Amino acid sequence: MEKRGLLKEFTKGIIKENPVLCLVLGTCPTLAVTTSASNAIGMGVAATAVLVCSNAVISALRKFIPDKVRIPAYITIIAGFVTIVQMLVKAFAPAINDSLGIYLPLIVVNCIILGRAEMFAGKNPVIPSILDGLGMGVGFTAALLCMGIIRELLGSGTVFGAQILPFQILIFILPPGGFFVFGMLILLANKLNTRAGKAVKTTPCDGCPMAANCSQKSEKCGEKEAAENVD
Amino acid sequence: MDNKLYVSSSPHIRSGNTTRRIMLDVIIALLPTSVAACVIFGFRSAVLIAVCVATCVLLEFISRKIMKRESTIGDLSAVVTGLLLALNLPVDVNPLIAMFGCLIAIVVVKQMFGGIGMNFVNPALAARIVLLVSFPSAMMHWVTAWGAPEAAKIDATTSATPLAAEAGTYSYIDLLIGRCGGSIGEVCAAALILGGIYLVIRRVISPIIPCVYLATAALMSFAFGLDPLYQLLSGGLLLGAIFMATDYTTSPVTNWGKVIYAVGCGLFTMLLRTYSNMPEGVSFSILLMNILVPLIERMTVPRTLGYVKKAKGEKK
Repeated sequence: MEKRGLLKEFTKGIIKENPVLCLVLGTCPTLAVTTSASNAIGMGVAATAVLVCSNAVISALRKFIPDKVRIPAYITIIAGFVTIVQMLVKAFAPAINDSLGIYLPLIVVNCIILGRAEMFAGKNPVIPSILDGLGMGVGFTAALLCMGIIRELLGSGTVFGAQILPFQILIFILPPGGFFVFGMLILLANKLNTRAGKAVKTTPCDGCPMAANCSQKSEKCGEKEAAENVD
Repeated sequence: MDNKLYVSSSPHIRSGNTTRRIMLDVIIALLPTSVAACVIFGFRSAVLIAVCVATCVLLEFISRKIMKRESTIGDLSAVVTGLLLALNLPVDVNPLIAMFGCLIAIVVVKQMFGGIGMNFVNPALAARIVLLVSFPSAMMHWVTAWGAPEAAKIDATTSATPLAAEAGTYSYIDLLIGRCGGSIGEVCAAALILGGIYLVIRRVISPIIPCVYLATAALMSFAFGLDPLYQLLSGGLLLGAIFMATDYTTSPVTNWGKVIYAVGCGLFTMLLRTYSNMPEGVSFSILLMNILVPLIERMTVPRTLGYVKKAKGEKK
């Protein structure tokens, strides 16, 4: 039973709670760096590494971090790991560093990493947090890779730099094409999740950035919100 | 006796107008332009028009079928979209590119947003812009028309839309009868004006949008020190002002809304023509104003009969 629970922490991030396609987090790097498949993998792996490490540390420190300053504390931890990853990428894969540009340091404020710290690592023990980070990272990388392959194939006729199609539809590597492919993939993920009559799983209210203005917000969630504001 | 007394709810007086009839009128209005295209650019433009219309109708049929909705090919709106798209393409464009444009227009812009009356921008225009961005070299490859002046023939294979050509290459008469380079439907200004007059007489379109659009564009070109008449007759301005900007779904309902919308179109067209790195700005400006239409509508909601405006400091 215990093992199955742990496995679930890992697998939920891949399709059912895919950070990009179901929780719609981390949209900025998703749209910006998926102009080619290799960029997408670079971004995915870098973010996964940061996510796993920061989840582990935040979960280990969750009892020491005071509730009121948790966000600055989380960001400090995440920024530390991003700096490490960035130095490693600069040293060992300078080409990827050049093509990712500003989006590599911007992992610090990636919603997925902060979101997992807030929603999961801050409340759960270390091992499930690592698995959660790993699963979310794999889901993020997979979504980015899908988008990267589709956009590179249609937009420049290549996949990982190898020529496949004899023509190119330039719009797919431009921002509008990115939004279009993103929308199509969200549609596909929703389709996969609602197959067999299952209801779409909604994000829990705490940790949802839109909770304050949400019309579907449950009563309980509202009370918690009010209590937090009183503090 | 019983049959003489009808009890029914309003409306009691109906006009014979249907979507099909309106679309048919638009097709009739586009006929002179299509014929002119075939005369000016030859047989290939007829093929291009046929390919676009057939693809659009087929895609409309298939996508309605897949979405399990009632088929709407009978209202001829897909024919109009295909025709307009074809008229916006250069004559030697690859038919596969044209078909990709039809896919964007019908499936992505029209049917994914709910079909006729639900599209947020003009489908043919959106498709043209997607093609322009995706295949810039194929979409800006203008062939010189039959009988064009010698001066234009030299750089005909590079870019010879009148907007990019040197001043004095074309006379007003050349532009009016289409002896110049450009998309197959935009070169012959006379045919477009003829179609526009037919639509106004049939009361399919209100003259407000085309007239205000063209007037704004003329005023702006005068302000920029350009030749207003040359600017009006060249490029896609007439085609855009008469057939694209007046699309019911994507233009405002009220008269003041139409004026604001048309002024915006004219303003952006001339700004883009003068300051952007593309020779033409009509499609982008109409698309931009299409997106602004919901805001214009909100701004120009007519006052309800008997409604008194509240004084300034008064509370609700």
